Amino acid sequence: MSGPLRVAVVYPDLLGTYGDGGNGLILARRAEWRGLDVELLQAVSDRPLPEADIYCLGGGEDGPQVRAARTLVDDGTLARRVQGGAVVLAVCAGFQVVGRSFPGADGEPHEGVGLLDIETLKGAGPRAVGEVVAEPEGIEGLPVLTGFENHGGHTMLGEGTVALGRVTAGIGNGDGGRGEGAVAGHVVGTYLHGPVLARNPGLADVLLAWALQGAWLEPLDDSASEGLREERLGTMRRKRLRRRT
Amino acid sequence: MRQQLASAATRAVNAASRRLGRGQGTVAGGRAGLRLDPKLLEHLSAGRQVALVTGTNGKTTTTRLLTVALGATGDEVVSNETGSNMPPGHVAALAGSRATRAVLAVDEVYLPRVLTATAAAAVVLLNLSRDQLDRTNEVRMVAGRWRAALAAAPHTHVVANADDPLVAWGASVARDVHWVGAGLRWQLDAVGCPACEGRIEFGEGGWSCAGCGFARPETEARLVHSAGGMPSGEWADGRTYPVRLALPGRFNQANALMAAVAAEACGVDALIALQAMEQVEEVAGRFTVRPIGEAQARLMLAKNPAGWDELLDLVAGSDAPLVVSINARVADGADPSWLWDVPYERLAGRTVVATGDRYRDLSVRLHYAGVAHTTEADPVQAVVRAADGTGAVVDVIGNYTAFHDLLGAPR
Repeated sequence: MSGPLRVAVVYPDLLGTYGDGGNGLILARRAEWRGLDVELLQAVSDRPLPEADIYCLGGGEDGPQVRAARTLVDDGTLARRVQGGAVVLAVCAGFQVVGRSFPGADGEPHEGVGLLDIETLKGAGPRAVGEVVAEPEGIEGLPVLTGFENHGGHTMLGEGTVALGRVTAGIGNGDGGRGEGAVAGHVVGTYLHGPVLARNPGLADVLLAWALQGAWLEPLDDSASEGLREERLGTMRRKRLRRRT
Repeated sequence: MRQQLASAATRAVNAASRRLGRGQGTVAGGRAGLRLDPKLLEHLSAGRQVALVTGTNGKTTTTRLLTVALGATGDEVVSNETGSNMPPGHVAALAGSRATRAVLAVDEVYLPRVLTATAAAAVVLLNLSRDQLDRTNEVRMVAGRWRAALAAAPHTHVVANADDPLVAWGASVARDVHWVGAGLRWQLDAVGCPACEGRIEFGEGGWSCAGCGFARPETEARLVHSAGGMPSGEWADGRTYPVRLALPGRFNQANALMAAVAAEACGVDALIALQAMEQVEEVAGRFTVRPIGEAQARLMLAKNPAGWDELLDLVAGSDAPLVVSINARVADGADPSWLWDVPYERLAGRTVVATGDRYRDLSVRLHYAGVAHTTEADPVQAVVRAADGTGAVVDVIGNYTAFHDLLGAPR
């Protein structure tokens, strides 16, 4: 790779709710702390999407989500860069956007960017809102995943697409199984907020390693994140025990 | 008869729960009353001039300012200042009073229901931004519900912040709107046009949508900061009145101007209203210096990114030690992901102590923001530690329940 590592937060003006912009910041800081040259880009929706090595998409409301998908399809850069090996982390509305289709505010299907072979329908029941714990599945060597979900979608994975994890608490993709998120190549989709990389620094380093073609990453001081993980996972364990007794 | 019973029940439950030390009793009593008479809020509002105040940020302060302003007439004014801004809280406040004027802070989501029930003379719409996403879902949806409710309330004077496109969209169908240029620092939730989903562009002195032409309305009054720094309200009819407050911050000046315009809609001269507001020094425990443990602290409340954005401005100029306390209980919203939307980077170089139930979430956020900090699970200890025996007044910012925990902490 020549030049700095470029991390782009995609359309913070449309997909900017729930603090998911933090994922881009976390990736940039973790690269910087390892002495790498890194550029963090806030890619707003009225300009062409910049060339980047990692793209982060976040959560958003129904209307802006439809607009984001349409703009990304018309722009074409994201799909082209993924063909060239770029890494994508897509969260919640962003996760749905990088799939084949997703429901708009009216429940009608809208075309997604098609980076993941997934399809999202409007769920019939109440929204999935709450803490999630998931055993990792789609990426090897990750510790257990923790996050907070808030969505009303049922996301179904196509053949050849694997879930990011299997929920032990929470709803996840809501497709009747216990899958959470999806992984294909270097594209990761998930419903987890928190933001997800604040709670799962291991996943952040997987994405960085992919973008750096498997370069070795020296360990960082993650005591703050470790403290948060222990507290969140401990709280969920105690909740489960209480429910059982 | 039923209403009298229900009112009496509300007062009785309130008094009992106060005696038992279970808080202000405003929710318990109100719930009891509403169970006996579901139309109690309608009945208690009849014969009074009711003004409602809603928005994501500034409800409590603006309610206080408007209450004081209307009180300048010598009339008794009742309000739900002590907290609950849902119908049980409204009922509890009104049941205990014979005042002919009422000012009620109203939760954004409950505005349509409370507007219908009270047949309000005036409603103040401050702003709309992301807050407790796990509870209220989408701010656009809230603006849409306001719109439907206001269209059906032709006799209500609507005082609306023209600088907030979501508020403007909600209010623009109302028959009688008093537009106020109150400012909007946090614009991230209003970039998508609420009318056509086009893109709102913000520029000097206004905003407009390139897609459908929806734009900032002409204002009746606006907040102006002259070169000398003294803020004033400028009315389109040529009047200019100083906005001189004991309360700190640009956002409170904006709240005061909104309250002044609302006071005028309720028949009180704006100048007299603003002069009355100068006397307000604290609002439900906010902004005043009080002892906490062995330390002195100035307590402040910020519960979402827009509120934080304004308060960080206020504390940025100070080098007082700072305690930040974050909870994620029911009243706060269960998901503190919003911490990542707050520009905590501006605290770099300050002495910060992170506390509250969710101090670990905050600690991770501060770590990535490059803000050196220590953590302390106990909020009172955190304040004491921040003061470090120096006698310095500690700035304390908490979100909703974190703030109230410290407000109720033994002195």
